[in-house]
Amino acid sequence: MDVELRGITKRFGSVVANDNVNLTIRGGEVLGLLGENGAGKSTMMNMLSGLYTPDEGEILIDGKKVEFDGPGDGIEAGIGMVHQHFMLVPVFTVAENVVLGVEPTGKMGYLDMRRARRQVEEINEKYGLHVPPDELIEELPVGIQQRVEILKVLFRSADVLILDEPTAVLTPQEVREFFGIVNTLKEAGKAIVFITHKLHEILEISDRVSVLRQGRITGEGDPKTLTEADLAEMMVGRPVSFTTDKEPAKPGRTMIEMQNVSMLDETDEIVLERVSMSVRSGEVVGVAGVQGNGQTELVEALTGLERVASGKIIFDGTDITTASVRERHKMGMAHIPEDRHKSGMVDSFTIAENMVLNNYYAPEYSRGWAIDWNKVAETSARYCVEFDVRTPSVYLPGGSLSGGNQQKMVVARELERETKLVIASQPTRGVDVGSIEYIHERLIQARDEGDGVLIVSSELDEVLGLSDRIYVMYDGRIVAEFDNTGGKADRNAVGLAMAGAHNGDAATGEGDAA
Amino acid sequence: MTEHDDLKGVNERMRSLMARTTHGRDDFEDLVIVPLFAVVVALVFGALIMLATAVDIPTIGRSFAALAIGSVGSLNAWSETLTAAIPLVLAGLGLGLGFRAGLFNIGAEGQLVMGGLAAVIAGFSLDFLPIVIHLPLTLLIGIAVGAGYAAIAGILKATTGAHEVISTIMLNLISFELLNWLLRQPWLQREGRSDPISKSVPDSAQLPQLLDWINPNLRLHAGLFVMLIAVAFIWWLLFRSKIGFAFRASGENPSAANYAGMKASFVIVLAMATAGGLAGLAGASQITGVLGRASPGFSAGIGFDAIAVALLGRSHPVGILFAGILFGGLEAGGRQMQVAAGVSIDLIGIIQALIIVFIAAPLLVRAIFPWGFRRNGRKEDAA
Ligand SMILES: Nc1ncnc2c1ncn2[C@@H]1O[C@H](COP(=O)(O)OP(=O)(O)OP(=O)(O)O)[C@@H](O)[C@H]1O
Ligand SMILES: [Mg+2]
Repeated sequence: MDVELRGITKRFGSVVANDNVNLTIRGGEVLGLLGENGAGKSTMMNMLSGLYTPDEGEILIDGKKVEFDGPGDGIEAGIGMVHQHFMLVPVFTVAENVVLGVEPTGKMGYLDMRRARRQVEEINEKYGLHVPPDELIEELPVGIQQRVEILKVLFRSADVLILDEPTAVLTPQEVREFFGIVNTLKEAGKAIVFITHKLHEILEISDRVSVLRQGRITGEGDPKTLTEADLAEMMVGRPVSFTTDKEPAKPGRTMIEMQNVSMLDETDEIVLERVSMSVRSGEVVGVAGVQGNGQTELVEALTGLERVASGKIIFDGTDITTASVRERHKMGMAHIPEDRHKSGMVDSFTIAENMVLNNYYAPEYSRGWAIDWNKVAETSARYCVEFDVRTPSVYLPGGSLSGGNQQKMVVARELERETKLVIASQPTRGVDVGSIEYIHERLIQARDEGDGVLIVSSELDEVLGLSDRIYVMYDGRIVAEFDNTGGKADRNAVGLAMAGAHNGDAATGEGDAA
Repeated sequence: MTEHDDLKGVNERMRSLMARTTHGRDDFEDLVIVPLFAVVVALVFGALIMLATAVDIPTIGRSFAALAIGSVGSLNAWSETLTAAIPLVLAGLGLGLGFRAGLFNIGAEGQLVMGGLAAVIAGFSLDFLPIVIHLPLTLLIGIAVGAGYAAIAGILKATTGAHEVISTIMLNLISFELLNWLLRQPWLQREGRSDPISKSVPDSAQLPQLLDWINPNLRLHAGLFVMLIAVAFIWWLLFRSKIGFAFRASGENPSAANYAGMKASFVIVLAMATAGGLAGLAGASQITGVLGRASPGFSAGIGFDAIAVALLGRSHPVGILFAGILFGGLEAGGRQMQVAAGVSIDLIGIIQALIIVFIAAPLLVRAIFPWGFRRNGRKEDAA
């Protein structure tokens, strides 16, 4: 099935999200879609899937003009979309989620879950999805949840699959498996639109690439003949540096220290086991590890979101083991949460409100018991300019920002404040190459101003590129530590440690076992 | 580009970012058109129901005329409408605040009983005080007792996770029984009466009537000002104060609120207590402004109607003010309807319920009046 967009324009108030866009999507082909944050990728795809109606222009399927009036119409016509932020019911099983809205019913109109399960299994089989139909969504890792989203779309017999930043939340291993699935789909003749900010992924998987800038298609090309640098320049309009220039670290006093910290989850499983680590002022410490090996819990313990079972946490000389989130925040701890949408912002709040979400009580925004909103708006506007958060006004809801701009908003809030320690989880998730460059610069700047910086990222490149020192976590423990001054840590050795190889093997040479 | 130009560019960009966005047509549709149409549809359905129950058309016409006259058709009608609106708005403000904080408090009725009861007791037992102290103190005691009573549900939720819907229902029942029992206690029961009725609140604890200089039958009392102050205060609390910010954040996204260092248990207890304080104030103002004494069932379902008022007002203080006046008008007009046209007052209950149904289903309203809305009005942001 071929789909064509002709002269599509979409406005949100004064923002022109899409401006006279022409695009063709063909069956049996992966179209890579690139563009800066807020360029209009999601908006364009939302029109294709029927969620938004274009202000101008037309959509043609196999040469015939169609009009969508709601997401139901898109899927009816065979166009399905997997959104940037998942839309699954956490307390439902996989099968229940998949059939939601199109439930197969028996004779009396009752819900035929047996048939639903069977159909889910069939699709599973056909495309090699390997999704457990009876698990609850909330118990599945994101990588699998994503496949549930894909399954949902396939279940509704879509021929065109739109995947909006599917790899942003995946581990490198999951990305490999995901690409396998994409290739199977392609061979089955499906048309696939693949949106990502990771240029190497575009080069690897797509057959054609289109670049969107400020709502317009500004470039098209053949990934086989293009390089990452070409793509970045097409997208941002200037050459982008992929490496962060930095002076060697000048570590000072210990900013934060964990001594033998252990932590249990609700079911009393050990999630952190006698972890000892530290970050000094003026250094960037990276935490590498395959997702789910205790990095999330490490951050929760450091930021006070969860109580530790034993051990001690010391922040700039003060014991904060039992201090609250607020107390730690006031002492100068900044935290960029790994899931901005769930924990970093409130969708319905304005950008200004979101900019002070955890700092609204600070004296500079206070007028007695009240918040000085004019002051907040002014500060927010400055942050938006500083971090290039693209919006016409700070009074618009945070949820109206594009995904990457939401991330920039959260990062701006945390980095613009006077801090001593920055804990950054996946700080550049969903952010375009230009902004990644800027966020990295700012993290290094925080370091150079004497902050301790802790970076937790599933992007090994990010950890290697920024850190002066690297911890590797495996199974709730720190299994290796590497000195990365001047980027001297051995990528393979780090990788091995991440895979759980023994300390001795992993930490040969520069690494010393922790 | 020189540094100066650069700075100028930044300043300009900042200024444009800070320009207030005008309220879009979407907001207008949501806040004004939907409620307006909901009321119209509900009235039409009310007429259909009357038809179905074999009321003839002239009577239907007369009853709607009576509804209009009884709610806004005279000074007395306005007085009755506003008098009925006062406790509805006060309790509704508390409920709306709770909704914003993510709490579904349906215990306003019980909190109102407790606040009213406390006001009665403070009223007759502190009668040695001058009015300038006695009246405010009586209202404050009503607030405090309502707040304390609601806080029980808040503390239960914060410490044990007990859902506030269940616990506030239980607290409602407890308050009703407590009221019935207390009304039979000699220290509270009026001397020389065998039926359960409390002593009267002395003049020094009564909210003065506002229009009695025109006609002593006009019941509107100074609770009107209390109500207006409460509307302004709750607006300030929700949208200007620090604690209100925490309330709203906790209601909209508990996870983000937690990450931002807002203490869920603190917010729950405080929001419940504030809501209860307002319901208590509603009870106290009803006692000191209208009833002058407590009797079984004096709360008259106001705490439940206030849920509807809060929903209709979209949990916004100003919306709640208008919704409360509308419901007050329906009540005052309903009485007139019953008197003048002999239509059952239950019909008013049905119309109120229908308004809520249509408010709760904006899509339904949009479907019935497609010409009132832009095609394809609001769509959830999916990016
Ligand atoms: N519902 C909305 N209301 C107002 N503005 C919106 C809405 N949705 C998108 N926009 C604006 O439209 C523009 C394009 O947004 P879109 O989400 O399509 O960007 P994107 O290319 O997907 O970016 P990202 O890579 O960050 O996800 C942005 O400026 C955004 O602020
Ligand atoms: Mg997007």
